[in-house]
Amino acid sequence: MAVAERTDNVWSERDTTPGAVEEALRVLLSERHAQSSGYVPARALNLVCIVDREWSGEIANRLRGIGRFHASRTIVCAYESGRTTMDATASIVTDGVPSPGEFALMRETIVLNVGQEHLAQLDRIVDPLVVTDVATVIWSPHGHSEAIDALLSLAQVVLLDSVDDPDPHHALARVCELAARAHIVDLAWLRTTPWRERIASAFDPPARRPELGTISGVTARIREGSEVAGLLLLGWMCSRLGWKPGPLTARQSTLSGRARGRRGEVELKLEHTPQMSVPGLAGIELRTAAGATLSLERGTGGLTARRTERDGTERSWTVLGASRGEPGILGEGLRQALVRDATYSEALNAARELL
Amino acid sequence: MSTATPQQENPLAVGLERLPVHPTTLTIFGATGDLAQRKLLPALYNLAHEGALPERFHLVGISRAEHDDDEFRNMAADAIRRFSRRTPDEAVLTRLLADVRYVTGSFDEEEAYAKVGEVLDAFDEADGGNLLNRCFYLSTAPMFFPVIVEALGRAGLNERDSADVRVVIEKPFGTSLAEAQELNNRVLSVFQERQVFRIDHYLGKETVQNVMAFRFANGLFEPLWNRNYIDHVQITASEDLGIGSRAGYYDSAGALRDLVQNHMLQLLCLLCMEPPVMFTANEVRDEKVKVLHAITAPTVDTVAQMAIRGQYTAGSVGAEDVVGYLEEEGVPQDSHTETYAALRLEVDNWRWAGVPMYLRTGKRLARKVTEIAVVLKPVPHLGFQQDGTQDVRPNQLVMTVQPNEGVSLSLGAKVPGTRMRIRPVNMEFLYGTAFMSESPEAYERLILDVMRGDATLFTRNDEAEAQWRIIDPIEQAWEKDTTPPATYEAGTQGPAEAANILLGDDRWRAI
Repeated sequence: MAVAERTDNVWSERDTTPGAVEEALRVLLSERHAQSSGYVPARALNLVCIVDREWSGEIANRLRGIGRFHASRTIVCAYESGRTTMDATASIVTDGVPSPGEFALMRETIVLNVGQEHLAQLDRIVDPLVVTDVATVIWSPHGHSEAIDALLSLAQVVLLDSVDDPDPHHALARVCELAARAHIVDLAWLRTTPWRERIASAFDPPARRPELGTISGVTARIREGSEVAGLLLLGWMCSRLGWKPGPLTARQSTLSGRARGRRGEVELKLEHTPQMSVPGLAGIELRTAAGATLSLERGTGGLTARRTERDGTERSWTVLGASRGEPGILGEGLRQALVRDATYSEALNAARELL
Repeated sequence: MSTATPQQENPLAVGLERLPVHPTTLTIFGATGDLAQRKLLPALYNLAHEGALPERFHLVGISRAEHDDDEFRNMAADAIRRFSRRTPDEAVLTRLLADVRYVTGSFDEEEAYAKVGEVLDAFDEADGGNLLNRCFYLSTAPMFFPVIVEALGRAGLNERDSADVRVVIEKPFGTSLAEAQELNNRVLSVFQERQVFRIDHYLGKETVQNVMAFRFANGLFEPLWNRNYIDHVQITASEDLGIGSRAGYYDSAGALRDLVQNHMLQLLCLLCMEPPVMFTANEVRDEKVKVLHAITAPTVDTVAQMAIRGQYTAGSVGAEDVVGYLEEEGVPQDSHTETYAALRLEVDNWRWAGVPMYLRTGKRLARKVTEIAVVLKPVPHLGFQQDGTQDVRPNQLVMTVQPNEGVSLSLGAKVPGTRMRIRPVNMEFLYGTAFMSESPEAYERLILDVMRGDATLFTRNDEAEAQWRIIDPIEQAWEKDTTPPATYEAGTQGPAEAANILLGDDRWRAI
């Protein structure tokens, strides 16, 4: 695939209609295809993004930073208080100019400037604009739950970040509500992926597998405000290992409680770590009934793992992996829209029981 | 050999996209060589970058070149920076290579294996006495494969309790049936088959694996996938490049051994095999072997009717004038080595009997493409003849492995206008348009599979021998034949004589 330069075709109109936008987009695609049959439209995913217009630049920057996981067609609904008419801009971006025998991908972006009256009927506005037979993802980073509700009839996936809501109870309740109607991709859950992979790996060798049944305590350290990420990780452990979680109680900067495992109680803790600059987890420690501990902490070039045996013997090593950064997490979120992770809903349900 | 007993499933691994890989030490024989530098080390880096390597991973290099650990570390870092598909994160790169070890030694020196053993034991020791799995990757000239394997056996490095030991053998796996059998015998006198991973990197390509997905995940094609509807099959692996600096290897191998014996027969197997009951290593390979067994090997006397060889002469590729094969540096002027090979095979079983399977490969052809074209039989009657139907062609389903990976189906469609004129149009699926993920390099997938112990995408001993059984008579016939190969001008479709092996009205697709 040629990746030489980026070229744009742009159309815009004030006080327009979805039909006019759709027609304009078709013309733009046709014009580009007439220039070369090597221009082919990407057809992996529709992304419908609802944003406050005043913050749309920040969201555009986030989307630009996600690397290769771009949606095929992005429809940005930029909300502006007091607006009664709809303005639109449609553009096509290509990866470059296709060489003979090669192709260059085309991706479409539509920006709709909308007002309050449009949000509740966003499904009717957006429906003609999405590519049919391709998964549609809704992402509404600035709230606007009425718009999400309106779009659920045409979308299959809701992308969200459950740590955005400062109230964990409300955050998890809302996710559960949405999960009943669409597949959820939760960025807070995706931030736990490397941790979950490493915990699973630590107990995967046959000699270590029996220790899973002897885990007696788990402490997750999180940035303040990322409680949901910690709860999801603890919920994941409970659901995977068959622990019956009980509610955590707050004491200073720690949430603690117990789960009932098959061989006894498991102590669960969520602790705040003040130094963290990014949302999510800072570290985790697992303790076994035999007195061994395994801890994972953020480190340079990956996670720093440390295992302490009952006799005090300690070993540490680096579990390799590059940080994905927040743009990488968002890109991964879009990719995960095409994948299904059945363990999330089980972890989510267990996380709710921890509250 | 692992003596570990089967364990309960790891409940924490359920739902993870990347399954855990057990702690492993990977030893690369020929670690300073071209393959290691260009492919293996960058693949390891990319696995590390993505967090896909085992939680504890160690790398050992062994080669004849004199280096210490630091020199090898710097060499590996340079290779990764140069050849990795992504710009390395220096923190990850540094950590990956932090405890790398290098052993200088000739592959036939027992002492070198003792040193490797000491290094491996030291890694186990540093790991608290946990036994790490061990993988030995033979990225060396083929002559060293049996030498290394037997030396590993003598050094006691071929098995251990409570951990898995695996050996990866690069292609070519022998240069004839006899050599492949002998190599299998020598390898299997040291390792068990389940420990042996004969690599054919083509099988690690996403688009090659997609042949199975395409066939067995879609009900649309299965009813047509037989001799009743398929007229013939053409598998093409063409390159516009010449032999580059590989004259030494290429002139002794030729196109048939280089690509047909392994990659192209693998593609044929995937295209023709019956659906396996499960996608496990032995189930899939059982089905592939059945296909190979169903192919009637030619005799030396019948080779001329079913195979053609060619050699490129000077010409122009793109806008660049290029020399002929015999003028390439390092190629003997009287070489009869084929740079082009085309064969017609038949898979004599219930599904495929009577369907010609055409395979062709060559260097310095018009362009680079690897594809499988399935040409369906024409419709029995065309009712539009009064309006002109000369452009109506049988449907063709083309699976392109590289470049522009995808699947295309040609259909007859009405040309807009008042008359009922038909011309072919294409329905196209391009990988790049439908998936947001970047395909990993084949070696990344395959190295991970080795560490996981999944041999599905590797060639089994009987499979390798069955491939050679088909190719051997052709090699023998061409060796006996003193007439030079047919020639073709560089940058063209190949020798005109390639048409001689086609049956009936069959025509080669344009490259």
